[in-house]
Amino acid sequence: MKYLISRRITQITVMALYVAANVWGLKILEGNLSSSVLLGTVPLSDPYAVLQMCVAGSVITTDVLIGAVIIALFYGVVGGRMFCSWVCPINMVTDAANWLRRKLGISHVQKRVYMSRNLRLWILAMSLVLSFAMGLTAFELVSPISMLHRGLVFGMGFGFSAILIIFFFDLFVHENGWCGYVCPLGGFYSLVGKFSLIRVKHNVDNCTECMKCKVVCPEKEVLHMVAKHSATVTMGACTNCARCIEVCDDDALNFSIRNFIDKK
Amino acid sequence: MSLDRRKFLKSAAAASAASAMGMTVPVELQASQEKAESDWRWDKAACRFCGTGCGIMMATKGEGNDRKIVAVKGDPAAPVNRGLNCIKGYFNAKIMYGADRLTQPLLRVGADGKFDKHGKFAPISWERAFDEMEFYAKKALKSGGPEAVGVFSSGQYTIMEGYAAQKMMKAGFRSNAFDPNARHCMASAVVGFYQTFGVDEPSGCYDDIELTDTVVAWGSNMAEMHPILWSRVTDRKLSDPDRVKVVSIQTYTHRTSDLADIEILFSPNTDTALWNYVAHEIVYNHPEVIDWEFIKKHIIFAAGPVNIGYGMRRKGEKSLVDGKYTELEMETISKEMSKKVSAKEAPALAPYGYKEGDTMNNTAGTLKHWEISFEEYKKSLAPYTLDYTAKIVKGDPDEDINEFKAKLKALAALYVEKGRKVVSFWTMGMNQHTRGTWTNTLSYNVHFMLNKQAKPGSGAFSLTGQPSACGTAREVGTFTHRLPADMMVKNPKHRSIAEHKWMVPQGTINPVGKQHIMKIHRDIEDGLIKFAWVNVCNPYQDSASATHWIKAAREMDNFIVTSDGYPGISAKVSDLILPSAMIYEKWGAYGNAERRTQHWRQQVVPVGDAMSDTWQWVEFSKRFTVKDLWGEQAPSGPRKKPLPNVIAQAKEMGYSEDTTMFDILFANDVAKSYKLDQKDPIQAGYDNSEGYGDGRNVIGSDGKVFEGYGFFIQKYLWEEYASFTRGHGHDLAPFDMYQKVRGLKWPVVDGKETQWRFNSKYDPYAAKETKENGNAFAFYGKLAKALPYGDLQGIKKKEKTGLKNKAKIFARPYMDPPEMPDENYDTWLCTGRVLEHWHSGTMTMRVPELYRAVPEALCYMHPADAKAKGLKQGGLAWVESRRGKVKARVETRGRNRPARGLVFVPWFDEKVFINKVCLDATCPMSKQTDYKKCAVKIYKA
Amino acid sequence: MSKEKFSSRRKFLLTTARAAGLAGIGALVWSSMLEESTASSLILRPPGALPEKDFLKTCIKCGLCVSACPYDTLKLAAPGDHKPMGTPFFDARDIPCYMCTDIPCVPVCPTGALDEQSVSTDGELDINLSRMGVAVIDSSACVAFWGIQCDACHRACPLIDEAIIIEYDKNERTGKHAFLTPVVVNDVCTGCGMCEHACITEKAAITIIPRDVVLGHAGSHYVKGWDKKDEARIKDATGATTHTELSKQSALDSLNDDSELY
Repeated sequence: MKYLISRRITQITVMALYVAANVWGLKILEGNLSSSVLLGTVPLSDPYAVLQMCVAGSVITTDVLIGAVIIALFYGVVGGRMFCSWVCPINMVTDAANWLRRKLGISHVQKRVYMSRNLRLWILAMSLVLSFAMGLTAFELVSPISMLHRGLVFGMGFGFSAILIIFFFDLFVHENGWCGYVCPLGGFYSLVGKFSLIRVKHNVDNCTECMKCKVVCPEKEVLHMVAKHSATVTMGACTNCARCIEVCDDDALNFSIRNFIDKK
Repeated sequence: MSLDRRKFLKSAAAASAASAMGMTVPVELQASQEKAESDWRWDKAACRFCGTGCGIMMATKGEGNDRKIVAVKGDPAAPVNRGLNCIKGYFNAKIMYGADRLTQPLLRVGADGKFDKHGKFAPISWERAFDEMEFYAKKALKSGGPEAVGVFSSGQYTIMEGYAAQKMMKAGFRSNAFDPNARHCMASAVVGFYQTFGVDEPSGCYDDIELTDTVVAWGSNMAEMHPILWSRVTDRKLSDPDRVKVVSIQTYTHRTSDLADIEILFSPNTDTALWNYVAHEIVYNHPEVIDWEFIKKHIIFAAGPVNIGYGMRRKGEKSLVDGKYTELEMETISKEMSKKVSAKEAPALAPYGYKEGDTMNNTAGTLKHWEISFEEYKKSLAPYTLDYTAKIVKGDPDEDINEFKAKLKALAALYVEKGRKVVSFWTMGMNQHTRGTWTNTLSYNVHFMLNKQAKPGSGAFSLTGQPSACGTAREVGTFTHRLPADMMVKNPKHRSIAEHKWMVPQGTINPVGKQHIMKIHRDIEDGLIKFAWVNVCNPYQDSASATHWIKAAREMDNFIVTSDGYPGISAKVSDLILPSAMIYEKWGAYGNAERRTQHWRQQVVPVGDAMSDTWQWVEFSKRFTVKDLWGEQAPSGPRKKPLPNVIAQAKEMGYSEDTTMFDILFANDVAKSYKLDQKDPIQAGYDNSEGYGDGRNVIGSDGKVFEGYGFFIQKYLWEEYASFTRGHGHDLAPFDMYQKVRGLKWPVVDGKETQWRFNSKYDPYAAKETKENGNAFAFYGKLAKALPYGDLQGIKKKEKTGLKNKAKIFARPYMDPPEMPDENYDTWLCTGRVLEHWHSGTMTMRVPELYRAVPEALCYMHPADAKAKGLKQGGLAWVESRRGKVKARVETRGRNRPARGLVFVPWFDEKVFINKVCLDATCPMSKQTDYKKCAVKIYKA
Repeated sequence: MSKEKFSSRRKFLLTTARAAGLAGIGALVWSSMLEESTASSLILRPPGALPEKDFLKTCIKCGLCVSACPYDTLKLAAPGDHKPMGTPFFDARDIPCYMCTDIPCVPVCPTGALDEQSVSTDGELDINLSRMGVAVIDSSACVAFWGIQCDACHRACPLIDEAIIIEYDKNERTGKHAFLTPVVVNDVCTGCGMCEHACITEKAAITIIPRDVVLGHAGSHYVKGWDKKDEARIKDATGATTHTELSKQSALDSLNDDSELY
């Protein structure tokens, strides 16, 4: 539970700091996940949004560039696709949907809808093409993630409906549908975070092959080695959510620092 | 778009030319006011707001209790506004329907349901309300006599209401603690009229605007405060831009300067010096323009004492002794007793025997004055050279002195120019002034010397603030010292006339009328007044040094009643709140600034259980009998002699000890002769809640459904009041006539109104006086028309000389106000109004559009001052005086642009309660508060 | 046909075509959503905003300008506002821009979508340079044009007598009053909307509209002979060839073509 609680704490803290800055003027973290200022000085920007701006033909200021580089470096070098499970507020929505899905056993009665994990990369590519063609930040203008984090800080409007759509999509249509298949930001971070240092490591010696980890994992492919051989999870799609670590009663999964040298 | 309008104008040109002359009313317009169009009814009325007196038409819809005012139009037949309005008038249809209208009596009660001064308001019946009022009024009478029962009256009373209140107070309660908010707005003009002409109210009329060549606005933001008149001034300017000149003389730049050829920004209070400078120019540099023939026939010169204080509290007054005023406050109040003559005022005071550094010992304000020679008058003007005047008058520290001097010369030249007609208009700038009476009289000096007064297109003209400050407060006399039609309580003959007309015993009326509105507040604080009733005004928001009066009302042993339509500050401060019918929920009449009286009928039934103030007074009168009020009254407050017992005389008149004031004052045989009659075209189809009761079946003061008095009480009150005026130069026309016309300017003699008073060509009274000598003018006012003789420093010959039909030119110096900026409080504070809101905003702040337009009062200041004080445009600042502080948003741009050293904060906003900051110094002669000057410091909030 | 008959090559082609088709549909739907959400051209942007087209690609939708606004004027467009989502805007009738002299909303912009340069003179912020829109008066609903003494917009204008001036005109109908009507000076108006907010008609008779929507543009081939400053426009003037329907044909062709002459 400690990882779940930590994730919720970071997710909520980040949003709370934004709200505090906007509503009460507590200037620790101002703005929103698209771009913010930490402690009034450090710029932070969403590298995917900046990439879209770039492609759309916008002149990029040093501030956002630095902000985007900081974020990209952090996830690229350290955290991997951590954004998705530790920061993104949508994660709470999809987690809730998937939890309910498991409780209701919807996966068992449902005909599997085929979707490719690559869909998100297609969408990512398409967003850049559209940004370029239309001179707009294509995903930013429709992103339900932004709707939620902006909405929480600045007012929701009809944004709730988009959030509900994701919730019901994940609940009734496809397990982990949004985060695992559709979201181009997730796709973006799985590319960026491919070589990051923080990694889940599987120790097959302790594994009892209960396969609980595979049930909870939102990106099941990344655990391909479970019960087969000891290895570090290297696929960028892993969000370091630590659900697998938490369900593993046998200490067969743990966080570790990637060892490049050791790599086969 | 402009093309459309032009096209329209062309087609309308022929018809409008005729109507512009005031001769005909277009036929279709006339028809529309009589014919009931489909389901709505049009009827004429007067605008609720300022003293301009615009005529409007009201459309009402619905039946019986459900009839509501749904729309308003400017009355195209009204001579003042010809169908136009300003935006306050534009919203007349919305002012009565605020969601928080007061609809039932509310009393502060404790847990046991009994009155508790510290309790919360809870609804009660009218019967209970009058029970409580009766109890506390009688308790007050017992503790302090008639002087302990006070009423805050109003220039927004209808004439009938004001008359009913006046009658009950002065003939019933024998109390003169009865004074209107009009004291705050017009008193200096009134005393100016009395001193100069011997009779109240201006000589000219609005027609002067179309006839004049020059409009000089002195301390008046006409553009915002009298917008319809301003549009007439604008039209006059447009009709001959080269000939017609407009001068704006102000303490800060505002919208009135937009049109001005010359704008003079003067340092607060120095308008007296400026008037004297113009007179100096005439007397010393252009003696040839003085019309000596006119002066010899019609004018005498006069002077009075100058050490008259500032109308503040005087040494020995109870609250001063009790230490209710802080040391800081006493810094200013001490000037009331004595002051050092400053370098600024010393040259002006030299002819009166003072020099710089002298101690001036002040006596209480006095109206005393005496005749002097022209040479003495000339001596009084000697100091006002261009150099001295420019030095003390220049209000903008950044203005070049030579440019300023050129403007002063240009101003004088406009007055002096032969053949140039000049109108001087003023409003609060000259009236709200610790030397307001002086400044008013100084204006006539200039006009008189040039024979430019009481003539078409020429004259000094005081513009009234309130809709019926003239009609009700002044002409009915709802002041402490007055009786109807310019009579005075201190004059035994006048009292006798009033007692006779009111059918009360001789000797009933209290001869001491000294409890003016600030004195009422002070007497409450001193514990003399124990019962006070607020009528159609908001004295707890509109009085300076407000904290004192609110504390006195909330913390002392007294009972404060407020009759109002909305929950304003006064209601909040009160112990009992009575829901009042608002203007179009009752029959009424207002009199505007040009002496025009306008009537209207009750358009709709009041909301909730609200009842008119007339009804409230009449019901209250039922609670008091001859023996309650007319026995001997021991000396009290300002009255040093007992009031006689008049019960025996009352019995001789056929009253018994138990006859109620209702029977004597309001439901007597004369009153009952005014019949309710639905066949009378005036009354047919119109509600009369006082006469018949109405469909609401309000449970009245006796616990039973109120079914009306059974007679036409408003007509009775009108006709009885009008009988005071007829034959005395104030003649009002019969009630019915006013229902047919768009107002008439009194005196109305033989059905004809009067445009220019004192001018024998236009004024039948002046014509009568000049029949034998053939003079062109007669200043026939009767007050103070016999004077001793002296010089600038005092009376030398005590025997009095009569000055029948003459007016006066007064020698009056510039003097400093009691509080001026210093190191600690470094900025002048001036308060006033904005176009969008009326007075304390109880009505206009409930009109959503007006609220949205101007939701809060701002602190207008110069950007350099703001920068120097570290204030940001739009940021909050404290405005703090020796008396209190308020927080307001800083505005360095926009409609009002003060020079460095002055800020302007309007007072309509109860959340920016600027009267907590203002000083309650008054003109010691008129007792009108100076809201335009006090010293403040401003710092970041 | 049975599955086995497909060659792997054919399978690949079909899959690719299917994917491309789906992507095409997706792109169409997506672009039309974008088209729709950015179609609204009547949006008031914060001071210093880039031209709408550039603004849309540059704004990162972080809301820092919204947080900085002390009057709660600025809002971030949420779904349902019918404005490009997440971009800052204001509704002048609701809360206008109060024209803070220190323009707190602009310097915080990380992307330059709100351009500090455009609201500065000599490095000093100057809010009067902002051009958020321009006020437009409906003279049939504006009561001042009826003769009512209003001018609430004029008095509310922070650039009173510069951005809104009063025009005086005689009221011939009454014969003694004047029209005092507001006139907007387009060059000076910042579009702050204080006039629209103050307007006392039920629906405002003075409205702020984005400048590019409402303002015209006179060609640079003519300058005002009475206005020295207007000459500056010549710098854009060119002697370009003109084209009309008539000049479609070359001179020679049209001279030789006498088909409809008689």
